[in-house]
Parts: sequence; structure tokens; C-alpha cells
Amino acid sequence: MDSQTLLFWVFSGCTLAAALRVITARNPVHAVLFLVLAFFSAACLWMQLRAEFLSIVLVLVYVGAVMVLFLFVVMMLDINIDRSRSEFWKHLPVAALVALAIALQLALVLLHGSWQSMTKGPPMRGGNTAALGKLAFTDYLLPLQVAGCVLLVAIVAAIALTLRQRKDARRQRPAEQVAVRRSDRVRLVQMPVERSETGEAGAASAAASKTAPGR
Amino acid sequence: MVSLSWYLCVGALLFAIAVIGIFLNRKNLIVLLMAIELMLLAVNTNFIAFSHYLGDLNGQVFVFFILTVAAAESAIGLAIMVALFRSVHTINVEDLDSLKG
Repeated sequence: MDSQTLLFWVFSGCTLAAALRVITARNPVHAVLFLVLAFFSAACLWMQLRAEFLSIVLVLVYVGAVMVLFLFVVMMLDINIDRSRSEFWKHLPVAALVALAIALQLALVLLHGSWQSMTKGPPMRGGNTAALGKLAFTDYLLPLQVAGCVLLVAIVAAIALTLRQRKDARRQRPAEQVAVRRSDRVRLVQMPVERSETGEAGAASAAASKTAPGR
Repeated sequence: MVSLSWYLCVGALLFAIAVIGIFLNRKNLIVLLMAIELMLLAVNTNFIAFSHYLGDLNGQVFVFFILTVAAAESAIGLAIMVALFRSVHTINVEDLDSLKG
């Protein structure tokens, strides 16, 4: 058994064992940590398949952001574990049936599948990252922009769902400020001059009634 | 030497484990979301294995987009769970039986 095969067995065994522990762990924090381990092992598997860009992206983005988000949420919520696991063993017969069906299909692949050794892989000039970049920005430009829009929508949705604002905080509301009309703020009143000998008294009372608010 | 079938077996087993996880943890919302992530990982592994063995880089571009959409979906799923938990204080699927949030 050469080193490539040995590494394949180690990484895939690690991935599958971690995945089994994800679904059977009692503590949700343990489950998320085992999921992190599963993703790390899968990234190593992908690296063996010469997909180094996606392998690192998996570790940085998926483990580093999405799994950390899972950890945040799991630690933030005060979860009652006992109720969520109350019918765990009751569903085992159906689960075993599904597992048997999938194992039978796997056996079919094993009997009829292709067992030739690894080929060189796809042609990648300049490395995997450069080749993927060339493909993404030429043939797949539109899906790339749509993926960017999907991420933007995800940001807006996540914030809109969970943002809580302080009830006693005062803030400006630019929409209301812009929608103000002159008639809401200023009322001009036509008044006769009260005294004609001295213009001061008349001017003072006219100025006072000019800035009166309301209707 | 490792051939294509071995990688497909790993992908299939990972998918099967995720499906069994959904069967067993029917009530726990967080483990359901994690099982979905495992399913997506299995599918991505299949894509990359085929991309390597068929010599076609399009498989890896597809994995790129699957990763993007999966990250967005898990972020929104967790945001929904957090917003829901604030009002009902449970992650048990059986308690989430009314449309009123």
C-alpha cells in the first residue's frame, strides 16, 4: 500500500467516523465540533484530488465561518437536550432499513464500478486557482454574479430576521424628515394692523402670529 | 492505488450517514441542519472525484457554487432558528407546529 492509498484510508476513515459522531453525539456542542473534524478531513481528501483551491476554501469559509456560526448559535441557545433525544432509539429500525438499502446500492457500485487507478486530473495551467479563476470569469461569469447576489440576499435576510434595536434609543427617521410639508411647520396669518401711529407694535404682533404652529 | 469507485463509496457512505442522522434526530433542529451540511459535503466530494477522473474542471466550478449556496442557506436557516427560539424557547421540532411566529 503506497502513501496515497494510506492517506486516502486515513482521511476517509476520519471523515466517516466524525460524521457518525455528529449524528449520535448527545451534546450539540460535541456534534458541531465533530462536524468541524469531518469537514477538515474532507478538505484533506479534496487536496488529494488536486482541488487545492476548493480544499482551502472549504476550511476557510465553510469551517471558519459557517461552522463557527453553528457553534455560536448552539452555545447561545439554552437547549433542553433530553426532550430532543427522547425518541432517538425508537426510530432505529427505520434508520437501519434505509442504511441497508444504501449499503446494497454501494455493493452494486463495488461489483460493477471502475477500479482503474488515478489519472492525472484535469488540465490546469498556472495551478488550480488560476485555472478555476479563468473558467469562473469567462464561461461562468453570469452564475458568479448571481452567486454574489445570493450572498447579498443572505446577509440582508439574516440581519433582518435577527436584528433587535433598543427601545429607548432615539434616532432620526430620514423618510419622515423628507416627507414633511411646509404647511406642517409654518402657518401664515393675515392680520390687520392694530395700531397705526407707531408701526413697532403692529410689526411685533404680526411677527408673533406668523410663527404660530398648527392649523 | 485509489480509483474513482473508492471516492464514490466515501461520498455515498457520508450521504447515507446524513440520511440516517435525519431519521434518528427527527426532533432536534440543530442536528437536522448539520445533517444537511453533511449531505452537501458528500455531494461535493462526488463532484470533485468525478472532476478529477474525467479531467473536466467544470465539476470544481459547480462545487464552488454549491458551497456558496450552502453557506447562504445555513446562515439563513440558523437566523430563522434564532428568531424562532426567542419566542418559543425550544428547538424541538414537535413544538414548532403553529404558523404564528
